[in-house]
Amino acid sequence: MPKKYDTPLLDELEKGPYPSFVTEIKKAAETSDMSADALGQIEKSYRDKIPYWKHGGIVGVLGYGGGVIGRYSSLPEEFPNIAHFHTVRINQPSGFFYTTKALREICDIWDKYGSGLTNMHGSTGDIIFLGTDTANLEAIFAEFSSRGWDLGGSGSAMRTPSCCIGPARCEWANIDTLDICYQLTQEFQDELHRPAWPYKFKVKVAGCATDCVAAIARADCSIIGTWKGPILVDQDEVKNYAKGGMNIAAEIVRMCPTGCMSYKNGELKVADEDCNRCMHCIAKMTKALRPSGERGAAILLGSKAPIVVGSLLSWVVVPFIKAEPPYDELKEMIRNIIEWWDEHAKPRERIGELIEVKGMRSLLEYIGVDPQPQQIKHPRKDPFIFFTDEDFEKVYTKDKV
Amino acid sequence: MSLPQRQTDIGPPHYEHFLPPVIKKNYGKWKYHEVLTPGTMVHVAESGDKIWTVRVASPRILSTVTIREISDIADNHCGGHIRFTTRNNIEFLVSDEEKLAPLIEELKEKGYVVGGIGPRISNVIHTQGWIHCHGAATDASGLVKAMMDEMFEYFTTKELPNKVRLAVACCVNMCGAVHCSDIALVALHTKVPVIDHEKLKNTCEIPTIIASCPTAAISPDPAKKSVKIKESKCMYCGNCFTVCPAINIHDAERDGIAIVVGGKIGSLRSDPKFSKLAYTFFYNDPPRWPKVIAAVKNILNTYAANARKHERVGEWIERIGWEKFFKMTNIPFTFQHIDDFTFMRETMRTAATFKW
Repeated sequence: MPKKYDTPLLDELEKGPYPSFVTEIKKAAETSDMSADALGQIEKSYRDKIPYWKHGGIVGVLGYGGGVIGRYSSLPEEFPNIAHFHTVRINQPSGFFYTTKALREICDIWDKYGSGLTNMHGSTGDIIFLGTDTANLEAIFAEFSSRGWDLGGSGSAMRTPSCCIGPARCEWANIDTLDICYQLTQEFQDELHRPAWPYKFKVKVAGCATDCVAAIARADCSIIGTWKGPILVDQDEVKNYAKGGMNIAAEIVRMCPTGCMSYKNGELKVADEDCNRCMHCIAKMTKALRPSGERGAAILLGSKAPIVVGSLLSWVVVPFIKAEPPYDELKEMIRNIIEWWDEHAKPRERIGELIEVKGMRSLLEYIGVDPQPQQIKHPRKDPFIFFTDEDFEKVYTKDKV
Repeated sequence: MSLPQRQTDIGPPHYEHFLPPVIKKNYGKWKYHEVLTPGTMVHVAESGDKIWTVRVASPRILSTVTIREISDIADNHCGGHIRFTTRNNIEFLVSDEEKLAPLIEELKEKGYVVGGIGPRISNVIHTQGWIHCHGAATDASGLVKAMMDEMFEYFTTKELPNKVRLAVACCVNMCGAVHCSDIALVALHTKVPVIDHEKLKNTCEIPTIIASCPTAAISPDPAKKSVKIKESKCMYCGNCFTVCPAINIHDAERDGIAIVVGGKIGSLRSDPKFSKLAYTFFYNDPPRWPKVIAAVKNILNTYAANARKHERVGEWIERIGWEKFFKMTNIPFTFQHIDDFTFMRETMRTAATFKW
C-alpha cells in the first residue's frame, strides 16, 4: 500500500462541482508509490508556495535526443519515490481520436512502468505521461513503439505537430488538417527525435480562420486553411434563421468587418470581392453559408509566448499555397523556411525573433516568395529604405520608373 | 522478462485507425452543424448521416483509472471511440440519436460534467504548475479548479455574449500560451533573482546566462567567476533561471498573479489579438485564491452584462475603450499598465479623444 499523506489544502480542491485534479492524483496514489509521494510534495508546495522540482536533466532512450523530460524532486529524502519523476511525451494521433482499445493499452503500459498519471494532452499536443524512473525508460519505449506509438518532440527540435479536428468532423475545413499533420510529422521524424536546431520549432495546422488549434498564436509555423471562391448562400436557410429569431442585420451584416454584406427583403447578399474570409457569418449561420471554390492554406510564421523579447502572433509569409497530397510544395516550403532559420539563428532564437533581426526580405528571398500586400497590415511608414544595386538593375530601371 | 522489439522513427499511429465509422464515411463531407444544448451538438453530412457530440469537462491531468472509466463509457455507447479537444475536453461521439440520452445519463451518473459548447466557457488551457514544474510561480491546476467551481454555470448552462476562453500560465514562459485568451491568469515573479555564486561557477555557462537576458541586465562578475544582475534592468522574467539553476527566481511571498484580458485566436470579425494587462498583481493564496477568482468574476460579469451579442471580451473592450473598461470594472490603473518594456510606442494613445 502506498503511503498516505495528510493533505488538508489539496483536499479543499476536491470540493466543488468542477472535476478535480486532486481526485485524479489520489486515484493514481491508491496503487502508485510515485503518485502518493507526488501528492505529498504538492501539498507541501501549497503550504510553502514554491515548487519542489529541480531543473530537468538529460535523460532519454537510445538513439533519441528528446521525447523524455528529466524531472527530479528537490526533496528526494522526504519523497523518495519521486526522486525521479520524468515526463514521457508520446506523439498523439492527428485530431486526438482514439479507440478505447488503444487507450487501455497505453494505460496498461503506464500502470506497469509509471505513476498512472497523464495529461490528455500537453500544451503542444502530445500525450503526456507524468512520472517515471530513469531505469524504466527503455522498457517504456519498447512497449510503446512495438505497439505503434513513438516519442514526441522536446528540446531544440521539431516539436510534435498538432491540428484541429478538420475534415473529420467540421464543415469548414479548407484543408485536410489531420493528413497534413500526420504527413509533416512523418516527414520530420529525424528532426523531431534528434534536436539539432537553434531552438524549438512548432507546427500547427488549422482548417480555417477560426483556428481551433491556436496555430496563429502558438506555432512557429502556422498553417491555416483558406479559400478563394465566393460564399454560397442558401436563401431558404437564411429565412429559417430569421424566423428562428436571429437579427440578421445586427448580428451578421453589421458585424461583418468588411461591410461586404447586405440584407434586404429577406435576402442576404455577399459582395465576395470585398470579403476577407474572416468566418464570422459562416460560423453564425452554419446552415445558410458555406465557402466555395479553390482551397488552400496560408503559411504564417513566428508566433510564440513572451520569452525572450515579447509574445508574437504569426506573420503572413505565404498567403496561399496548395495543400493537397502528397504535399510536396508545402513540405519543400517548410524545409526551406527551417533551413534559413537554422543557418542564421543564434542558440535559443525562435524564427519570429530571427525574422525581426534579419528582416523579412531575407527570408522571402531565400524561400522564393514575392512581396505581396496580403502579407502586411500596412506598408512601411518611415522612408528609411534599404536598396540593393540589383533592385535598380531589375525593378527600378529607368524605363519602368 | 523480455521486452518487445522496439521500433524507431515510426511516428504516431495513423489517425484513420481511430476514426469512428461515420466519420470515415463522411470525412470531408460535412454540411453543417448545430449546437443543441450546452454540452451537445450535431454535425450533419452531405449524405444525410449525422454525428452527435457530447462534450465533458476534464482537469487535463487524468489518472489511468479515469481513462479506463471513460473507455468503458465509450464502449457502452460510442462503439469504442473517443476523442479529446484542443482544450482538453473529452468528447463522446454517437451516430445514432437514440444513444444520446443513455450516454448523457451514464456520464452524469458517474459525475462527469457535460457542457462547454457554444457561447460559454470551455475547459481551461493551463500549465503544469507546482505539480510538475521547477519554474512555476503558482499552481495552475489549483487556480483552474478554483476558478471553474465559481464559473461552473457558464460551462453547464448559462450563455455569454460569445465564447470566453480562459487560461492559466504558472509563469511568463507560458507553456500554455495564454497570451491570446479572453481572460488569462499569468503568474509572475516580482523580485530580482538571488545568485548562488558557488553553485553557478560549477553548473552554468556564463555566456548562455548573459545571452538569456532580454534586457541585458546580466554581466560577468570575473572576481566570483559568476555573473551580476543590474537590478534596475531586471523585470524578473526568469529566463536566466531557466538556463541556470543557480540563479533562484522563486520567492514564496512575492510570487503572484496578474490577470490579462481581451485576447483571441480566431479571425472572426476582428484580427487575432493579444491579451492585455487588467489586474497587475495578487498574492498567491492557495488553495483557492479567492481574490483572484473574484477579480475574474468581476471582469466576466461586467462583460456578460454589457457586451453585444457575438462580441468577444477584447472586441467589447475595444468598442467601449480601455478607460471605460477600467471604470466599469473598477480595476485600479497603475504605472505597471503602461508598457515600459518594448511596446510603449504603439500602445500610448495618440489622439486627444477620451471618455470620462
